[in-house]
Amino acid sequence: MKDPRIFDMDHADLSWCPGCGDFQILEALKKALAELDIAPDQVVVAAGIGQAAKLPHYMKCHCFNGLHGRALSCATAMKMANPDMLVLAVGGDGDMYGEGGNHFLHTIRRNPNVKNFVHNNGVYGLTKGQASPTSFVGMKTPTSPEGVFSEPINPVALAICLGASFVARAFSGDVEQTKEIMKQAILHKGYALVDIFQPCVSFNKINTFKWYKEHTYYLDGSHDPGDREAALRKAFEAEKMPLGLLYRRERPVFEDHLAPYREHRLPLYRRRRDMKDLETFIRKQYA
Amino acid sequence: MNVPRRGTSDISLVLCGAAGQGVQTVEHLMVRLAKAAGYHVFASSEYMSRVRGGSNSTEIRLGSVPVRGLVDRIDVLVALNGGIRPNIRDRIDEETLVLGDPEELGDEFASLGERFVPVPFLRAAREGGNRVYTNVAAAACLAAVFGMPFAALETYFAERFGAKSPDVVKGNLAVAEKGFALGGDLLRRGVLRVSLGHASPQGERIVLDGSEAVALGALAGGCDFCTGYPMSPATGVLTFLVKNADRFGVAVEQVEDEIAAMNMAVGASYMGALPLCTTSGGGFALMSEGLSLAGIMETPVVVHLAQRPGPATGMATRTEQADLELALYSGHGEFPRVLFAPGTLEEAFSLTRRAFELAARYQTPAIVLTDQYFTNTSYDIPLPDLPDASPDRCLVEAGPEYRRYEESPDGVSPRSVPGFGTGLVGADSHEHDEEAHVYEDFDLRTRMNARRLRKFEGLRREALPPTRIGPEDADILVICWGSTRPIVEEAVASLGRTDTAVLHFAQVWPIAPEAEALLARAKYVFVVEGNATGQLATLLRCETGRRADASVRTWKGLQFSVEEVRRGLADVLDKTVGR
Ligand SMILES: Cc1ncc(C[n+]2csc(CCOP(=O)(O)OP(=O)(O)O)c2C)c(N)n1
Ligand code: SF4
Ligand SMILES: [Mg+2]
Repeated sequence: MKDPRIFDMDHADLSWCPGCGDFQILEALKKALAELDIAPDQVVVAAGIGQAAKLPHYMKCHCFNGLHGRALSCATAMKMANPDMLVLAVGGDGDMYGEGGNHFLHTIRRNPNVKNFVHNNGVYGLTKGQASPTSFVGMKTPTSPEGVFSEPINPVALAICLGASFVARAFSGDVEQTKEIMKQAILHKGYALVDIFQPCVSFNKINTFKWYKEHTYYLDGSHDPGDREAALRKAFEAEKMPLGLLYRRERPVFEDHLAPYREHRLPLYRRRRDMKDLETFIRKQYA
Repeated sequence: MNVPRRGTSDISLVLCGAAGQGVQTVEHLMVRLAKAAGYHVFASSEYMSRVRGGSNSTEIRLGSVPVRGLVDRIDVLVALNGGIRPNIRDRIDEETLVLGDPEELGDEFASLGERFVPVPFLRAAREGGNRVYTNVAAAACLAAVFGMPFAALETYFAERFGAKSPDVVKGNLAVAEKGFALGGDLLRRGVLRVSLGHASPQGERIVLDGSEAVALGALAGGCDFCTGYPMSPATGVLTFLVKNADRFGVAVEQVEDEIAAMNMAVGASYMGALPLCTTSGGGFALMSEGLSLAGIMETPVVVHLAQRPGPATGMATRTEQADLELALYSGHGEFPRVLFAPGTLEEAFSLTRRAFELAARYQTPAIVLTDQYFTNTSYDIPLPDLPDASPDRCLVEAGPEYRRYEESPDGVSPRSVPGFGTGLVGADSHEHDEEAHVYEDFDLRTRMNARRLRKFEGLRREALPPTRIGPEDADILVICWGSTRPIVEEAVASLGRTDTAVLHFAQVWPIAPEAEALLARAKYVFVVEGNATGQLATLLRCETGRRADASVRTWKGLQFSVEEVRRGLADVLDKTVGR
């Protein structure tokens, strides 16, 4: 157990709007890491682009801020290069489910030991309020003045269908519970999705703090996260949406099966190529 | 008929058949047997974008001195099926001998008269017990004709299929025996008389193709990570690394798209891996945002860009040199990069290795440009030199005060990776401060961008000058880049002019400073390239101020032949220099 303040930045210039749910997600994350006794130099936070994706700049960690939509690709590769480094992939709903949608699908299939925390605010915050893949039908935005026509993605249902090894939902308004869910995700072996409902006070007037409070509830002991069908039924509940661990299953971890890690887990940067062996190989194969 | 024919010193054999008939197997076998028999050997295949049917071919040249260029001349054509395509048919001349089975070909070659020699390959395969092995019958027939011992075939099949499938070895050999007898018969009847001296021994030689040379060069450069999405003609490098991942400890993955491939390479590089992406033009286009990311994050990445004709899907299994500008200008914003375009297999090995070295030292992308022709061409080369030491990743340990993007005179900031030391290592796609945090400040931006671009000066100083083949004081320079080198060399040699030299650019960016003086000295500059718009000529004009006097170009989808370049050069010489 560490003091969460070890993750505080002395001079970060936070550009989130006052009252934004992103602050609570950051707070929950620092606490989760501290409670798991993880130090800033033991975690890489990989992000894409968006308001949510600014998060790694606002905490002490190995901060990797890549391209819009690509955090999961970069994060997967980091595990391929160093399987024992904790790697989180953080970003918004647009980042992860829109621009990065294809990587979302295939990362779930691969199951790297990456923790995917998605700030789902149902809108594009950074670019000032356009519709996102999770915006509700009918939501009026500058790019959908008549209201959004397409149906929203249900990220947790999608992840369960694809066989994700850990699928949970959280609400930023509850820092304690969000922190607990994050801890479970970090301790899980394999890919873990935590879709976090996050009010955007500036641009999403539908899914407000109050709305989320009224439309969510926590799963209790009666739900078996090992039961995929039950999990899927829960994931589709719409009137009141369940929070907590929806689904979990044991699956082999992607990076563990890669050629370099069959015998030991030394990160690639610590390894050396045996040039004599390469020469022997060339001589034999191409003589 | 005598081979080599008068006026030539090597034999050009072409084998064609439908996809699925095993033309590739014959090529693989013939090349190994020819090398074992002490010949220098060259093989290049061309194929249609289909899995069955059609007509594919391979050209094999055998010589007592090294042979490395594609020629139009066909001394012996072996047709495994009918429906020979014009790119082969039009090359049959009055000295070409065609071998084939009338049962398969009907009277397709009737007009050739005696120069069509019926050889019952099908029957041989049937009698050997497996009619799908006509390719083996043909290969064994050729082996006999060119004086290779039957024992070499036994060794080949045993090594190829080995202990795992003794039945396959037996089946192949049964057919090979019949085919070998057919070849002996051709010799006895005097249909073919072969007089090819054996090569003088030149030390240990290996035989491999362009994909293998790139992949082995990557391993020699330290490559330990590879992501790709299948796309001809770049897939060979990916499958090579998959196949050999265990032995060399390479993390390889076929990913969902080329966007992922490049972003994964950047993520892996950030963690200290030495990544390779292998792709063709269409995939490379998808990688361009990620390439730009590598530029600003200063993560070493190497891309193998195997060109094929565009735009768009273009001609999937054909060749072109039209992605020089794509490689040079891809990715938004400005950042330094290196582009190699190997002309020989030796260069494919050494320059891919160098691409890794420069990428790591300068923390920037390096691209190796090949093409379909190059990846599917093989010949014998000396065993490449390998250093004893494992490649240097150029990393420093991060202390508590470590900042990733420190100012430095040559622009290269000491690079660490997460976990190496206790310091935090950042990376940012935004313009950033020394610690890699996004921070909008115009002075900072000016400084950071200038520092990154300063690395270009070092890269330019280290750029490989073009290779001159021919007299130092040549008045006429025939310039080429990438895969065409051996072809242009052979074409220029065949012109027999003492005033002409070839100048080959194996590094096409940065252009070495020496190029300017070399071009300025020449009275005439001709550029030979496999594209329609003259991309290297344009680049050389920008970089050296020298405009080409004429050019020889092709964009039909097939590689230049020696004869074609010779004709093209003769023509431009006529129009400019006069004779
Ligand atoms: C290739 C590319 N396209 C578009 C953008 C512009 N862009 C940046 S963030 C963003 C959407 C942000 O939405 P989300 O991911 O939901 O994050 P939020 O700001 O809501 O937290 C867009 C469209 C970009 N940076 N890169
Ligand atoms: S725009 Fe919305 S999501 Fe972004 S900081 Fe403001 S409230 Fe938060
Ligand atoms: Mg959003």
